[in-house]
Amino acid sequence: MAMTMTGEATLPAGRPKVWALLNDPAVLKACIPGCESLERTGDNGFAAVAKVRIGPVAATFKGKVELSDIVPEVGYTITGEGEGGIAGFAKGSAKVSLADVEAGTRLHYDVEASVGGKIAQLGSRLIDGVAKSMADKFFASFAEAAGGAVAPAAAPAAEAVAAAAAAPGASAGPQAILTRTSWFRRIWEWFMSLWR
Amino acid sequence: MSATGIGASVKRKEDIRFITGKGHYVDDVNRPGQAYAYFLRSPHAHATIDKIDASAALKSKGVVAVLTGADAVADKVGAHIPGWTVHSKDGSPMKVGSFPALAHGKVLYVGDPVAVVIADTYAEARDAGEKLVVDYGVLKPVVELAAAASPGQPQIHDYASNNTVFNWHVGDKASTDAAFAKAAHVTKLDLVNNRTIPNAMEPRAAVAEYDAGSDVITLHTTSQNPHVARVVLSAFQGVAPEHKLRVVAPDVGGGFGSKIFIYNEETVCAWAAKKIDRSIKWTAERTESFLTDAHGRDHVSHAELALDANGKILGLRVHTIANLGAYPSTFWASVPTYLYGILLSGQYDIAAIYCEVDGVYTNTVSVDAVRGAGRPEATFLIERIVEKAAREIGLDPAEFRRQNFVKSFPHQTPVILAYDVGDYVAALDKALALADYKGIGARKAASAAKGKLRGIGFSAYIEACGLAPSQAVGALGGGVGLWESAEVRVNMVGTVEVLTGCHSHGQGHETTYAQLVSSRLGIPLEIVSNDPAATEKVQMGMGTYGSRSGAVGMSAISKALDKIEAKAKKVAGHVLEASEGDIEFKDGKFTVKGTDKSIDFGSVALNAYTAHKFNGQELEPGLKETAFWDPANFTFPAGVHICELEIDPETGVVTIDRWTAVDDFGKLINPMIVEGQVHGGVVHGVGQALMEAAYYDGDGQLLTASYMDYCMPRADNVPSLKVDTIETPCPSNPLGIKGCGEAGAIASPPAVINAITDALGHEDVTMPATPQIVWRAAQKAATKRAAE
Repeated sequence: MAMTMTGEATLPAGRPKVWALLNDPAVLKACIPGCESLERTGDNGFAAVAKVRIGPVAATFKGKVELSDIVPEVGYTITGEGEGGIAGFAKGSAKVSLADVEAGTRLHYDVEASVGGKIAQLGSRLIDGVAKSMADKFFASFAEAAGGAVAPAAAPAAEAVAAAAAAPGASAGPQAILTRTSWFRRIWEWFMSLWR
Repeated sequence: MSATGIGASVKRKEDIRFITGKGHYVDDVNRPGQAYAYFLRSPHAHATIDKIDASAALKSKGVVAVLTGADAVADKVGAHIPGWTVHSKDGSPMKVGSFPALAHGKVLYVGDPVAVVIADTYAEARDAGEKLVVDYGVLKPVVELAAAASPGQPQIHDYASNNTVFNWHVGDKASTDAAFAKAAHVTKLDLVNNRTIPNAMEPRAAVAEYDAGSDVITLHTTSQNPHVARVVLSAFQGVAPEHKLRVVAPDVGGGFGSKIFIYNEETVCAWAAKKIDRSIKWTAERTESFLTDAHGRDHVSHAELALDANGKILGLRVHTIANLGAYPSTFWASVPTYLYGILLSGQYDIAAIYCEVDGVYTNTVSVDAVRGAGRPEATFLIERIVEKAAREIGLDPAEFRRQNFVKSFPHQTPVILAYDVGDYVAALDKALALADYKGIGARKAASAAKGKLRGIGFSAYIEACGLAPSQAVGALGGGVGLWESAEVRVNMVGTVEVLTGCHSHGQGHETTYAQLVSSRLGIPLEIVSNDPAATEKVQMGMGTYGSRSGAVGMSAISKALDKIEAKAKKVAGHVLEASEGDIEFKDGKFTVKGTDKSIDFGSVALNAYTAHKFNGQELEPGLKETAFWDPANFTFPAGVHICELEIDPETGVVTIDRWTAVDDFGKLINPMIVEGQVHGGVVHGVGQALMEAAYYDGDGQLLTASYMDYCMPRADNVPSLKVDTIETPCPSNPLGIKGCGEAGAIASPPAVINAITDALGHEDVTMPATPQIVWRAAQKAATKRAAE
């Protein structure tokens, strides 16, 4: 089953710093929930392992992640696919772009992802929620890495959803790292989890 | 009629065992030292298998073996040869190939078994499965049925261009075109018959053991037809020759058709047990059942009905695209053709019918027979379009049906079948009275006063069952004969064992077969046994499906009982010192005509075995007879079901308020069991109509693979059903039986949808008519009314 998610996060750091963080496997590994390893395998490739639980399905995903369309300090496309063994597979890509804003850097992403096998069979109703919660965790951690303080970003998911519902497209207040629908976060986060 | 004889509602002998947990199912079978099988399944709908790395799995704790498609190919195991060959319009045979028992080179649906891990425990097998690494080359899948045969779609099999299995047709195109040319009115309807999952209560299971001493493989399996399974496993799947293979089906918890077929997992267990010389057990997890049990229905159709100015049906034209899934299966191509197209005359006298069916491959699990198999699809189509036609020309739907019913028998339809007997008007009249059709106007008004929409829908179905005359089956492309065999073994003490190839998996054979034997031989019900697992003692039989175990199976028993009676009379003649011709048999007693000299059945049995009273050279000792019964015709159960329901237009929730069924099953052996079958069948069909749908997304992922997402009907979805019968005895078998196991599931979907469309006042309602679909349709209807 396929899904798309789009969203933005405002990070309290300049573009060069955010860009460096986006390319630092150690930072990404620390930010991706369940990520057990993320190792560079080439200039633009990583091997990743992440443990994810989606409803009744728990799996260790192993896979590869590649960066393409790289424009330093502006953005890249990150593509990943992972096999979760008997749990199925997940794959997807996210276009990530950075822009200067007053508070630092706005990170925008469009994600397309799909899952198959047991995850789709048993977890399809839960994937949105799981992805969202993973995205929340990812950006909370990433924001912390990018400058720490803004961490109230770890605002409960429900709040972010409510905010998004009330003011679709509105930019995030200082308290919320994520500005748009939960979709994007969960996708991102879920997507990141696909990497192995 | 005695309290336990034919026609008595005897309580089911087997139920005590079932409801007290004493049944003996395949999962209850355990063998010393048995290993467990876990099947690794494809998460992709369509992909190449580029590499399987089993090294880590083989080192995993408890692992005995890992087998893949390459092993199956090397051992030539698996073929999936379908039991029926359908030919296209141009005379060419359907496009099928053979396949190993584990996917090799390519996977074709989500759930396709790629490898089997065999380990000391199931948990260890599963853990090792996690360590199997399969590299897939993902291909674009074919999922959408209507577009599957369009040019430019990915090709699933290289021998089936445009994913087409066959382009079949039946009936006469020219005469049908002529009928439409002179029609005063043409009704058109597009229909989708939703894909369903059979959901037997007991999942499939297998315990395979190999005895190296005798070189015999014994497979305990959840089969509706263990003998057919043995033939297929032996002759086509290459597991072992028939005399070295025992297939045992003990108690089986429901099948609904899905356990007719011979599946990869059972084949693999039998093969692997010999290969590793160790017993192997496999029991499907529920999600494996959803993924791999053959699904049912799944048609997209366009139908047109031609009427003259008086509302007489002149012709029917149908084009159907039928989903057959990715792989051939056992009945498969016969279902949307010979079990569908030839039923399209329904209960109606239609001079001209032409039906085309395109069978297509998709990257989904095989579609095969599920309760009714083709006949529900035919009934849904004809009963929906008849209802729509009546509404369009402003005739009462009941009267429109009455006017067009076949009224004289035998009746030759333009689509092969010849109906032998029936009384469709009588069933309709009885149903109308029971349903208080006259009062519907007042009930609709009462509902409207509460803000609800009330509708009434009819379904006048017919089915061809009692499968089936072997010559006809052969002429239509069937690979086997569909006779049945029976053996009646009278023991020395006068107890009786009945053996047939008709396996019971919930139908109550132990009771009904005993009723037949007990009433024929005049002996108590209790001393007659019919153990389902005893099918292993039967040399050959064809199994239970197509409502055949009464009409065909019991006819075979009846024929064997004729022979028992004849032989017993000879024995009685010797014992009573009278000539055989002077012996009368009645109520369990053999009497010398005109005298009071008599002997009971049990004593005759004893004498047959002691053989003291006759010359063993002139009359063989023993009392055991075998018969094969091949029916002369299909049987034609028919009836009228009326569904009355209420819709809450605010929520789209449908509440079935009344259900009336008047069926003609010919003679009834046990009316209580018949009524139970009707209940089960009706609710099965209500499930299809209101809630059940197998849903594959565009990537071929099955999103309805558990009870979280696949909705089954429950007791509170239906009211108490009003079930009655009429009786026109079937002329083609000795008991006058027609069969009742599928009727409800065949009849009910169109009755529900006809009632919903009646309530809403427009036809655009698809199955399953979930609250969302009904709510949308209600909104559309309201908008349309407002615009007018």
